[in-house]
Amino acid sequence: MDDRQFGAEITEIPDEVRVRLTGDLNGRADETLADAYAQVAALGPRRVSLDFGRVGYINSTGIALVVRLLADARRDGRLVRALGLTEHYREIFRITRLSDFMEIVEGDAA
Amino acid sequence: MAELTRPIRRLLGRGRDVPASQTTQTADRRPELSRAPDDPAIAVDIPASDPLLAYLQSAAGPVDIARLELESPAVRAMRDAGVALVVPLVSQGELIGTLNLGPRRSEQEYSTDDRRLLTTLAAQAAPAIRVAQLVREQAAEAAERERLEQEMRVATLIQQQFLPRELPNLPQWQIAAYYGPARAVGGDFYDFIPMPDGRIGIAVGDVTDKGVPAALVMARTHSILRAEASRSDSPGEILGRANALLVPEMPARMFVTCLFAILEPETGRMVMANAGHNLPYIRTDDGVVELRATGMPLGLMPGIRYEETEGVIAPGSNVLLYSDGLVEAHDPTATMFGFPRLREAMTIDDAGSELLDRLLDDLHRFTGPEWEQEDDITLVTLRRASGVAEEAGASATAGPTVITAFSVPGEEGNERLAMDRVAGAIADLALPPARLERLKTAVSEATMNAIEYGSQGQPDVPVDIVVETTADSIVVRITDRALSGAVPTDAESPDIELKLAGEQKPRGWGLFLIKNMVDSMEVTSDGSTQTVTLTMAREERTDG
Repeated sequence: MDDRQFGAEITEIPDEVRVRLTGDLNGRADETLADAYAQVAALGPRRVSLDFGRVGYINSTGIALVVRLLADARRDGRLVRALGLTEHYREIFRITRLSDFMEIVEGDAA
Repeated sequence: MAELTRPIRRLLGRGRDVPASQTTQTADRRPELSRAPDDPAIAVDIPASDPLLAYLQSAAGPVDIARLELESPAVRAMRDAGVALVVPLVSQGELIGTLNLGPRRSEQEYSTDDRRLLTTLAAQAAPAIRVAQLVREQAAEAAERERLEQEMRVATLIQQQFLPRELPNLPQWQIAAYYGPARAVGGDFYDFIPMPDGRIGIAVGDVTDKGVPAALVMARTHSILRAEASRSDSPGEILGRANALLVPEMPARMFVTCLFAILEPETGRMVMANAGHNLPYIRTDDGVVELRATGMPLGLMPGIRYEETEGVIAPGSNVLLYSDGLVEAHDPTATMFGFPRLREAMTIDDAGSELLDRLLDDLHRFTGPEWEQEDDITLVTLRRASGVAEEAGASATAGPTVITAFSVPGEEGNERLAMDRVAGAIADLALPPARLERLKTAVSEATMNAIEYGSQGQPDVPVDIVVETTADSIVVRITDRALSGAVPTDAESPDIELKLAGEQKPRGWGLFLIKNMVDSMEVTSDGSTQTVTLTMAREERTDG
């Protein structure tokens, strides 16, 4: 069950902070994702990339957490982009119009 | 008393060398103790039967132990430990401990002022100590509750691993199954075992006891039955061998009731043996009958032979196999559901899944909404199509076939379990990957709503899920107990711009996602339950 435990690992690359997400993105990910964004904000990059390549499941509460992070990033004047989403979750980001406010990159690398 | 005295031991030794008014503040000025220099406390456990307890309970103030004339082992132990004065700590009339003091450092007797001061101190300290004791007791109870919850989760997990992921798909037969775990998960199980020549083994069983021990015995029994069914085509022999293997390893006071039947789908012939389980009901045109076979439960004693009985399930007949969680359910007046009600419910001619739904409806009406399910409930129904007409009719109208029916505890996180089980059940239907993913998301979201609203997050209020197929669609019905009334289906549409601007809450995507993921969503309610029906075409519809 460990592969479902949500995790967020932060890597700083030039002009960007990448947050590599793992596990299930649901209500239980709330605190971890909020902490991750707080760390990102402390580093102050122009852009934050969320790498969903190791996320196997996202539910509507997980979508709400992404919305919150996106709202925080926009407030801070920071661009957000999503990497590594499966085709299914790219569709969900499209119909929720998240993709209108964040860049969706196919594959897992920028 | 040992537990009661422990919290105040730290006070005690300090009181031994100085007047009581300084007891808690003067550890650094503590002199050497003559009896136990390394142990500052004079703690003496007083057995519950010792007369000193009753004496202290009613004492008006400090008690001179040296002069006390009482035949008491505790008094002797206190004297030996150097206790001179005992101050009872009484809170709300209950003796919760004692303050034990040695002789005064000055070697003078404790004065009247000392005693008055100690009485005041005891009166003030006792309630605080009682509160500390209660906090500690509550923490211990909370830890125990958490342990039990964890055990329940493990038991549920084990249980669900061994339930069939899908039901047999037999021409002319409609098979449905339901498993509803009780809060303290019992050891119910059912299984369908493919056998040579198209026959199918059907096992329904119940392990006595609950929790992890029952789940482990269930898992073992399940494995043994599967193994033995591959070696024999005689239900009596299969149960006999299973019994022989289970007897030496069965934990004390546990056993397994089990009914094992082998069905020939083409002829309707069913051979059955029974190890102390409820007898199956068969509804025929002539009424409802029990198929009788007797035998001891598994695991009780070696050398048991199990008689076999045989019958033919005629076209149009229903068979019900069940565990005693159904018949032993109680209504609010403690009346049992019982066999007569079950038998009566069987008299109506329903198809398999309809019979199952109706039995559950009858049960929920009987028990009422506040019912706490006492035991696992397992139901397996088989219906043989009533001849060529019914089968032809079924194919002509592409009637639904139940491929799985199960329940999940109404606890956050189980939507993922429901999603995975539905995906497993329809794996062989070759749904296009994109449609499969959409259906999975819709099942997960609808189950999450059912858990949040219908069960209010209570594990003992289950969510029932039935998956059916027709020639062109997959239908998933998710039924909850509607504890919060109807799940809102007309909620405000989520608007990403409003959410990003903080004018809508970030949440509220569930219903929106469901509607966008499946071809249709329908919500029905009968007052005590609400069902969300999700329909997904098996192929993408291209006709617009």
